[in-house]
Amino acid sequence: MSKHAPEPISIFDPRIMRPALVESFKKLDPRVLWRNPVMFAVEIASAITLVTFALSLAGANREPAWFTGLVSAWLWLTVIFANFSEALAEGRGKARAASLRKTRTDVTAKRLKKPEFGAPFETVPATALRKDDYILVEAHDMIAGDGDVVAGAALVNEAAVTGESAPVVRESGGDRSAVTGGTTVIANSIIVRITANPGETFLDRMISLIEGAKRRKTPNEIALEILLIALTLVFLLVCANVSPLSIYSVKAAGRGTPVSLTVLVALFVCLAPTTIAALLPAIGIAGMDRLFQKNVIALSGRAIEAAGDVNVLLLDKTGTITLGNREAVEFVPVGGHSELELAEAALMASLTDETPEGRSIVVLAKSKYGLQQQLPADVENIPFSADTRLSGLNTGGRQYRKGAADSTVAFVKELGAKAIPSNLANIVDKIARAGATPLVVSCDAGILGVINLKDIIKGGIQERFQQLRSMGIKTVMITGDNPLTAAAIAAEAQVDDFLAQAKPEDKLRLIKENQEAGFMVAMTGDGTNDAPALAQADVAVAMNTGTQPAREAANIIDLDSNPTKLLDIVEVGKQILMTRGNLTTFSISNDVAKYFAIIPAMMLSIYPQLNVLNIMHLATPLSAILSAVIFNAVIIPCLVPLALKGTKFRPMPAEKLLIHNLLIYGVGGMIAPFVGIKAIDMVVGMLIS
Amino acid sequence: MTLYEWAETIIIFVVLLAAVKPFGTYMAKVYQGERTFLSPVLLPCEHLLYRLCGVNGEEEMDWKRYAVGLLLFNLLGGAALFAILLLQGVLPLNPQRLPAFSWHLALNTAVSFMTNTNWQNYSGESAASYFTQMFGFAVHNFVSAATGMTVAIALIRGFVRRRTAAVGNFWVDLTRSTLYILLPLSLVFAIFLVSQGVIQNFSAYKTVPLVQETSYDKPKLDDKGNPVKDAKGNPVTEHVKVKEATIPMGPVASQEAIKELGTNGGGFFNANSSHPFENPTPLSNMAEIFLILLISGALTQTFGRMAGNSRQGWALLAVMLAILVFSMGVLYWAETGGNPLVAKLGVHGINMEGKETRFGLAGSSLFTVSTTGTSCGAVNTMHDSLTPLGGMMPLSLILLSEVVFGGVGTGLYTMLAFVVIAVFVAGLMIGRTPEFLGKKIEVREMWMSIVTVLASGILVLIFSGIAMIVPSAVASMNNPGAHGLTEVLYAFASMSNNNGSAFAGLNGNTLFYNLTGAVCMFVGRFAPILASLAMAGSLAEKKYVPPSLGTLPTDKVPFALWLALVILIVGALTFFPALSLGPIVEQLMMAA
Repeated sequence: MSKHAPEPISIFDPRIMRPALVESFKKLDPRVLWRNPVMFAVEIASAITLVTFALSLAGANREPAWFTGLVSAWLWLTVIFANFSEALAEGRGKARAASLRKTRTDVTAKRLKKPEFGAPFETVPATALRKDDYILVEAHDMIAGDGDVVAGAALVNEAAVTGESAPVVRESGGDRSAVTGGTTVIANSIIVRITANPGETFLDRMISLIEGAKRRKTPNEIALEILLIALTLVFLLVCANVSPLSIYSVKAAGRGTPVSLTVLVALFVCLAPTTIAALLPAIGIAGMDRLFQKNVIALSGRAIEAAGDVNVLLLDKTGTITLGNREAVEFVPVGGHSELELAEAALMASLTDETPEGRSIVVLAKSKYGLQQQLPADVENIPFSADTRLSGLNTGGRQYRKGAADSTVAFVKELGAKAIPSNLANIVDKIARAGATPLVVSCDAGILGVINLKDIIKGGIQERFQQLRSMGIKTVMITGDNPLTAAAIAAEAQVDDFLAQAKPEDKLRLIKENQEAGFMVAMTGDGTNDAPALAQADVAVAMNTGTQPAREAANIIDLDSNPTKLLDIVEVGKQILMTRGNLTTFSISNDVAKYFAIIPAMMLSIYPQLNVLNIMHLATPLSAILSAVIFNAVIIPCLVPLALKGTKFRPMPAEKLLIHNLLIYGVGGMIAPFVGIKAIDMVVGMLIS
Repeated sequence: MTLYEWAETIIIFVVLLAAVKPFGTYMAKVYQGERTFLSPVLLPCEHLLYRLCGVNGEEEMDWKRYAVGLLLFNLLGGAALFAILLLQGVLPLNPQRLPAFSWHLALNTAVSFMTNTNWQNYSGESAASYFTQMFGFAVHNFVSAATGMTVAIALIRGFVRRRTAAVGNFWVDLTRSTLYILLPLSLVFAIFLVSQGVIQNFSAYKTVPLVQETSYDKPKLDDKGNPVKDAKGNPVTEHVKVKEATIPMGPVASQEAIKELGTNGGGFFNANSSHPFENPTPLSNMAEIFLILLISGALTQTFGRMAGNSRQGWALLAVMLAILVFSMGVLYWAETGGNPLVAKLGVHGINMEGKETRFGLAGSSLFTVSTTGTSCGAVNTMHDSLTPLGGMMPLSLILLSEVVFGGVGTGLYTMLAFVVIAVFVAGLMIGRTPEFLGKKIEVREMWMSIVTVLASGILVLIFSGIAMIVPSAVASMNNPGAHGLTEVLYAFASMSNNNGSAFAGLNGNTLFYNLTGAVCMFVGRFAPILASLAMAGSLAEKKYVPPSLGTLPTDKVPFALWLALVILIVGALTFFPALSLGPIVEQLMMAA
């Protein structure tokens, strides 16, 4: 199978860079920018400096025109850089959405009068389809809309949506009935009941999500924005306060000039948390995009953030913790039979068995015992049935069987077996207790031994659970197995807890109980019977192979249908929050250095003594203010890669993580601008002298 | 510091730290309606009060009803005080025949006492009758303190309760605060203060002959009170001989204990706790410092107990204590350095101007940081006379929004608002949507904490700016230059944060300062109260999220450090420019 995740498009790709540049200017429109109130305030500030620049040119301002002009230019650049970072993050999504859109060109559909094969149909454009219409899709037709297969089965190529080139089976009934608009039927015909109106289909939603068009701010993002707006307001008042204070100080000291409007505006923009405000939209968009690169579609930003908070993770055993199928690992003979005899009988009983378990028995017998048995000509296949709970074959007058212990014993007794080997019960019990499945093998009326069918735990899964545990996430395995088997597998996989013999209502109850206790619950599911539980879970990941009800109940869809994806989702969720927090701390820490640059500079004419605070020894007051403004603008594009990639996530206890990030972004955020402003000032100082 | 000073300081802290746990536990029991050793006496009184007022003590209120009760009670109380001040001339217990307050001074004073600020634009002994002191000021000293405590308790309940709208019953909390906590302690300490020499009487002021006659020149005033000038424009002075002095009297002790205990700070006399009748001995000084810090310190333990996490209470106390001790250190160090300008005149040594020799530098420094770190505002030192850097300490402590112990109740709820903000950013930094004590911090909590934390700072920025350009306000300054700027900044900081101490050197009894001050005190008090109650209501309705490995522990050293840093950074970023034009430049000029 060739899986190709969407190619990570480089942000330096001109296909993204160029439109982003145009977009940065378009976003200067106040009607667009007011959505980001902090940057909107900066835009107003920039507009004010344009006026002071004009006044300088006219000679009506005591500051030189080159100074007000440069301050104004850099303030505008601050806004443009902010717009650019957002446009860049959106750009990647837009490029992808464009390629998705191509798949939706002028599709037509065969609308049936009745949901039956052979019923008359009319050909209509896809846009005319409505919910509960029935359409016929034949080989090489593109499915015109999202829906459920109500009749037939077909091979469908879903590459357009999943990037998965191998076709998948879609059939009516069961857990594989959902089809997605924009995918193509390769073979056979199906009848599909449309489940989404045009514009509301999965592909439509996906496109708008990826484009960021329908992105809504998450509650957490809003809370942070409130903090940033409040800080901006305070800094606005600080600057408004400085003006009368300086007017008074000029009178009191009898020298100097009050702080000018240009400098006040510059101070305001430097203090306002522009760094985080500029990058905030990009962080969220980029997070969704990173998930999309992992072939996961989050239907809301809220779900990703919630994933970062998950306390309890419900995982289906099969396919998640264990490889999908059990594997034969051992033949245990009973009653004086040899291992080889048993292996031969087991091989015979499995030759016609096409299930993965059956094949694994054949493989074990051939590889470990060197058996070369080919399928004889006169074979009567006895497939597994729910009544007998046995399978095998009859050949050359002999009856080979394998099955659950009680049914095999019943079968041989029926054939007239007098005694059952005494150690059989013991061995069967031992294998079951270890979490494996014992299959008893018989030939005619004789019982030869037991096959040990084991659940194979996926490689590396223990480490992932260990990682989850260190992040404070409890893992619960859900399985239909009996408690004994479940306990053994749980122990081997090192999950924290398990739910055995789980029915759908048990899953729902487990989720509700955990939520009552205040936990955030994540679960993965694919079947229709998972839908109620998915709808209840805080973070619900549906497999794309799953049914339409499951996909609708979920808030995250995994196009690869790989349940351990949840770990990646949790990671991205945490990354988004961390990046926000770290950049906020960085942005505010920056202000300390900016004060030391600007305050002495703006007060120097009144109180020369304040030059003591000029600890960076910046060249002149004007160069100091200009350097702070330039640093404040330039830091935004410098941090764009961090905002897009996200802070690196390290699984470690909360307290250590806090200290770690505080040292980097808090202390680092205090030091960085001292260095940056000094460096810029050296250049600026040289240029103006 | 001398050995005596070390001992004095350490004893106060040791006694305080020993007292907070048992006293905090006692308060928790009181508010939760559990039996205490005072219940046999006070429970019947409590029930009697409820019956008289028609209060159903069992009834719980949601935050809105709680807030409405609180506001009504305070506004009516404020109106009553306003009336008393305007009618003072005709009311009894006025042996000095003191006249009524002007309307704007009465308004300022009524708001001041209603809001637990006790900013005084009048001097007690020459403006307020005994009736005003006892039935006006003292009543408010009790109930305004109790009001602050009820808000803190309601907020604690918000954190502790789950899935309910109820945050308590305002009338019950108010009654219990007064009856079980403020009254008994005031009684005990008033008697102690009398033993130290604090007076308690209703006598008319006494006139006594001076031991040593003195004389001074006084500017001559015309009928309208304007200075008379000679032909050259110089003021005309007249020589005054002084042979006797008037000594004010009054029921001081009963007011003194609650002044400190309830972090009110309004002195019976203008000189406040530096007056020998208010604070006569070093021992009474230590007791007053202890009283100032007691309830706010102990409320952290009440919080810890009610939240079922006593470490959390200690963590908050540790943050408060660390900032307090640091400020005291800087203040003490700055004053030890003395004043180089005075040193040039040949007078060396520590700066003792404005300090009482009976308290010494340590007793003065500790009182100063305690009274400004809490929103008390009583003074035993003239803050105006501190060195610029030394004076910046009390000013900064006020500007930190009064969380270094803070006012009774107000200190805790403002601190919790800071905790919410600190938890929010720290929570993001570790990749979790933030939570504190199992409650998720969301949009509403963010709004309310920001209002609580920033309201006073915003008021200071707005009004100190206005005062710098309004000519009548500038004329109130007695000292020009950076020092005058500090005086104005201090005045608005003190009023907006409901501290009430004055830097002095500023004539506050003008229409401008009386009215702007009343606005600052009112908004600075009730905006955070309403925000905190709203937050209590919102938190109480949330479900509880049990801690896991991924939860940030908020009761350990790293978070405590982060919290302290957030408090300091918010304060510094808001006021660095103003401070640099006030005390910082003044210090630099003095040292130059």
